[in-house]
Amino acid sequence: MYRTALRNVLAHKGRLLMTALAVMLGTAFVAGTLVFSDTMGQAVRNSYSKSYSDVSVLVSDKWSRSAENGPKAAGEKKREALTDATVKDFAALPGVERARGVVTGFTAVADKKGNLIGEAWSAQGSNFAPDASGQDSRYPMVQGRGPKAAGEIALNKQAADKAGYQVGDKVRVAGNGAAEDTTLTGVFTSDDPQVTSGGTLVLMDTATAQQRLLEAGHYSSIALTAKSGVAESALLDAAKAKLPADVFDLETGQQLKDEQSEMVTRSVTGMKSMLLVFAGISLFVGIFIIVNTFTMLIAQRLKELALLRAVGASRRQVTNSVLVEALMIGVIASVSGLLLGIGIGAGMQSLLAGVNEGMPTGSLVIAPATVIGTLVTGIVVTVLSALIPAIRASRIPPVAAMSSGDLPSTQRGLVVRNSIGTLLAGGGIALILLGAFSKGSGGRTYLELGAPVTLIGVFVLLPLLSRPVVALVGPLLGKVFGTPGKLARRNAVRNPRRTASTAAALTIGLTLVTAVTVIGNSVTSTVTRLVAGSMKADYTVSMANHDEVARELAPVIAKANGVTAASPVGNVMWTMAGDRKAVQGFDAAAFDQLVKVDMTSGSTGALKQGQILVNDEFAGKHQLHQGSTLKLEVDGGKTVDLTVGGVFERNDALSPVIASNTLIDQYDSDSFVTEILVKGKDGATPALKQAVKEATGSNPVIQVLTEKDKVDEFSRIITTMLNIMYGLLGMAVLVAVLGVINTLAMSVFERKREIGMLRAIGLDRRGIKRMVRIESVVISLFGALIGVGLGCFLAWAAIRVLAADLNGLTTAVPYGSVALFLLLAALVGIIAALWPARRASRMDILSSIKTD
Amino acid sequence: MSTSTAYAAHTGLAAARATGLNKVYGEGDTRVVALDNVSVSFGQGEFTAIMGPSGSGKSTLMHCMAGLDTVSSGSATIGETELVGLKDKQLTKLRRDKIGFVFQAFNLLPTLTALENITLPMDIAGRKVDKAWLDRVVETVGLSGRLSHRPAQLSGGQQQRVACARALASKPEIIFADEPTGNLDSRSGAEILSFLRNSVRELGQTVVMVTHDPVAASYADRVVFLADGRIVDELTNPTADSVLDRMRRFDAKGRTS
Ligand SMILES: Nc1ncnc2c1ncn2[C@@H]1O[C@H](COP(=O)(O)OP(=O)(O)OP(=O)(O)O)[C@@H](O)[C@H]1O
Ligand SMILES: [Mg+2]
Repeated sequence: MYRTALRNVLAHKGRLLMTALAVMLGTAFVAGTLVFSDTMGQAVRNSYSKSYSDVSVLVSDKWSRSAENGPKAAGEKKREALTDATVKDFAALPGVERARGVVTGFTAVADKKGNLIGEAWSAQGSNFAPDASGQDSRYPMVQGRGPKAAGEIALNKQAADKAGYQVGDKVRVAGNGAAEDTTLTGVFTSDDPQVTSGGTLVLMDTATAQQRLLEAGHYSSIALTAKSGVAESALLDAAKAKLPADVFDLETGQQLKDEQSEMVTRSVTGMKSMLLVFAGISLFVGIFIIVNTFTMLIAQRLKELALLRAVGASRRQVTNSVLVEALMIGVIASVSGLLLGIGIGAGMQSLLAGVNEGMPTGSLVIAPATVIGTLVTGIVVTVLSALIPAIRASRIPPVAAMSSGDLPSTQRGLVVRNSIGTLLAGGGIALILLGAFSKGSGGRTYLELGAPVTLIGVFVLLPLLSRPVVALVGPLLGKVFGTPGKLARRNAVRNPRRTASTAAALTIGLTLVTAVTVIGNSVTSTVTRLVAGSMKADYTVSMANHDEVARELAPVIAKANGVTAASPVGNVMWTMAGDRKAVQGFDAAAFDQLVKVDMTSGSTGALKQGQILVNDEFAGKHQLHQGSTLKLEVDGGKTVDLTVGGVFERNDALSPVIASNTLIDQYDSDSFVTEILVKGKDGATPALKQAVKEATGSNPVIQVLTEKDKVDEFSRIITTMLNIMYGLLGMAVLVAVLGVINTLAMSVFERKREIGMLRAIGLDRRGIKRMVRIESVVISLFGALIGVGLGCFLAWAAIRVLAADLNGLTTAVPYGSVALFLLLAALVGIIAALWPARRASRMDILSSIKTD
Repeated sequence: MSTSTAYAAHTGLAAARATGLNKVYGEGDTRVVALDNVSVSFGQGEFTAIMGPSGSGKSTLMHCMAGLDTVSSGSATIGETELVGLKDKQLTKLRRDKIGFVFQAFNLLPTLTALENITLPMDIAGRKVDKAWLDRVVETVGLSGRLSHRPAQLSGGQQQRVACARALASKPEIIFADEPTGNLDSRSGAEILSFLRNSVRELGQTVVMVTHDPVAASYADRVVFLADGRIVDELTNPTADSVLDRMRRFDAKGRTS
């Protein structure tokens, strides 16, 4: 039996090629993901442990850490600090070789045009702490020297190169305060992971760093290096005894490395899981191809298998012979997939290293789990997929060996299949609709349940759907493409199961692609609509690091050339009538010029009288109207009455309650200014932007953006996300293309005599080619159409569910993209048909006719 | 011996003609001469049967004369058209417009109905179907009630009749049939044969048919005998007995030589 199976594999190697390729691509994706993420993780971990190599114990100030990460936590009074005295104390400890005070904090660097280099979240500043030789071992200078005085800085090489700075150039830097021009004294390299992954690092002399980033004389942390032979834990205990524990964190170098390593593992695992999901999708698509191939092979070998049965082979033996074949394919494909995957992993690694030169690199990590996981996955998927065809093969009655003629296409069994499919699809759609129309968060669960059920149901129903869908385009095919078109259309539906499983592979890819596209487009267009609809301001001034904007800038901006109005937007959360809501504050005098609201009663002028405006939703909830009062809870459990000066139509860009900044400041000292709105006399002009920028001290942290800039930035992010998705789903689509090629090639082989006969009675080579090509396009479009439809439906439901959290989100189908997908699907059909069509047209008429 | 007679019989009104046709397969050890200097012509409105032992080159002759296969040397014409030297495209067009085919098996496309199968050559050519002619053909074949059936729903004999109707419907200059009754029982076979003969008698069609069966050959106007790639004899107005008689003589000769 094994020998028969082996001979079969060898005899059909051409026909099994596509199947093997499909499995290979899927497993290569798996292996590539594993190898790449392991290698990356290893490299990043190494670079972290290197950067902590001279730290035995790190003492850090909790307070300064929180200051680093966001707005100052107000109200918290600082009791103890890490000062030069503390550093001296630690240095005097018996086991300490060296104690180094470190200051870190947000510091932005401007390029020559005054714009921020890199991203605000990775813009760091720190102190240059030279040892006796005048060097800081952490920051070896490649050019110039370290900063020694205020007004001097050193910059990491990547950042300096990016902006084109040379030693001696003037460089504008800014922390949380005003921007300042400094002189670049040195360019250095660093193995700090944040720097190597593309961040910027500005070094200042310690006194300046303290002043800018923290407070004069204070450090954010102190790194202790142990004398050789002194255990880190012993040093930790000694250091602990010196300090009150509740203000400072003390950790050993090992703990830090472990922490970082764990963090790296977590983020790499996140990436790995996401990639594996996509690898899983490719493999899932591959299943359809495997099932199809074995079903077709068995149909072609019907007589042979029946003969085996007739001469005494048991059902089990027939099943096994098919499964052994699958096993062989699985092994061959998985091994080559593994090798290819390792290659992909290595390629990705060097590609990333090429794009980003600071990227940590390391030797390729091929874990045993990668090898075993990949091989087992590939083999199990292949064998399991062949199971159904194998069982079907065993059901072939021995008498089939004697019967002559061609197999009738199997319509039997479709009744059961259709009933199951209808049930699943119907149930799934019902669940999704339930989810889409249910209020609150319950909808999500319904959707998550309904979506996979619907997908499976539709896949089960695809054979049934193939006829009516193809019939839709049928008449057109005949008219436009003549006889080849007509024949192609008939061929496309002659074996609905085969057509369905070929198309299903494309359906999966297109459902996902369409769904993410529609969701992405809906989010973008909703944001665009909201932004465009609510603001009259030409520019908003905000901080790149999402810090608070100094409200003192507003009057300065207002005086700038060409500015007609400017107002800070203050944000607080207030409990009013027992309801905790966001309240936005504007300068009453500038409000009308900056914000667009539709008043249903009252007027915006009420803001000037210290009254508030509420939106209709909030008003309805609390039965408010112009003139009513609203109780606001203020400090000390007291309440004050606010007067409603007007009601406006709900607008998702504005909070439900609007007040003047003056009113807010009266009751609340914590108002957080997110941005300053600016209106110009001639609209948003470059000149106005320049004037505003200059008025704010040409600070690289301060962004002057139009609403459109913001939307563009946002849609860029969405587009990037979509492109990544497309890239990852591309593999699944590629596998699906292999499936189409596979089906066509096998169909062409099966219809050899038909093709020979058509040639004999006068269909030319072009006609034959066209026939195969159109069949391919029809199958591809069928799969794509169902996928696009399903994707839109799922996206619509998901958006309805998401809208519960994201106010104003509505579905916007990007018709252009959808049309493009269908066009691409047709192209896929044409490309997939290239080889089979060529083969069909090259077939020798006589040998085709003679084939039994 | 009678090669010259076979060639001369219908010099004036030949629908198809072969002159000094050679067909060689393979090289060296595997070299097979399938046709050895064959000259034959098939007259218009004539029903010719080609007979001979298995491997004698009957199918090869037919394929070469129908433009399905290339010849090693010699000439083959359909009407006035010389086939030798034609490109694939021209040959395809020639087959489509001037030749009808009936094969032993697998003549029909399973996805098309009987009627669609019959009109297929004209559909391919993009020609209008001559409705009156089509009706007449269909009537002669006796398939009027079954035109919308798929081949799978027809018996072997019915399928073969559809194939004949297809060959006739486009009014080709000549129909080539390779063992059209080979897969059929004698009654269905007889139906096909009388149908082919009627198409010659009543519709003026030219038919060339390869067969092994003396009874089938007796439906023809003329029988050409092939042996080892050469035309060895011919018989006009054959009967089953006279054909059988001739065949016995070859067999005897073959055994003694
Ligand atoms: N493609 C081919 N390659 C090599 N030899 C061939 C090929 N086709 C036919 N032959 C040889 O040519 C000779 C004639 O073959 P052909 O098929 O014409 O015989 P036939 O008279 O039709 O036989 P049958 O009655 O069995 O159909 C045979 O010896 C055969 O082996
Ligand atoms: Mg033959």
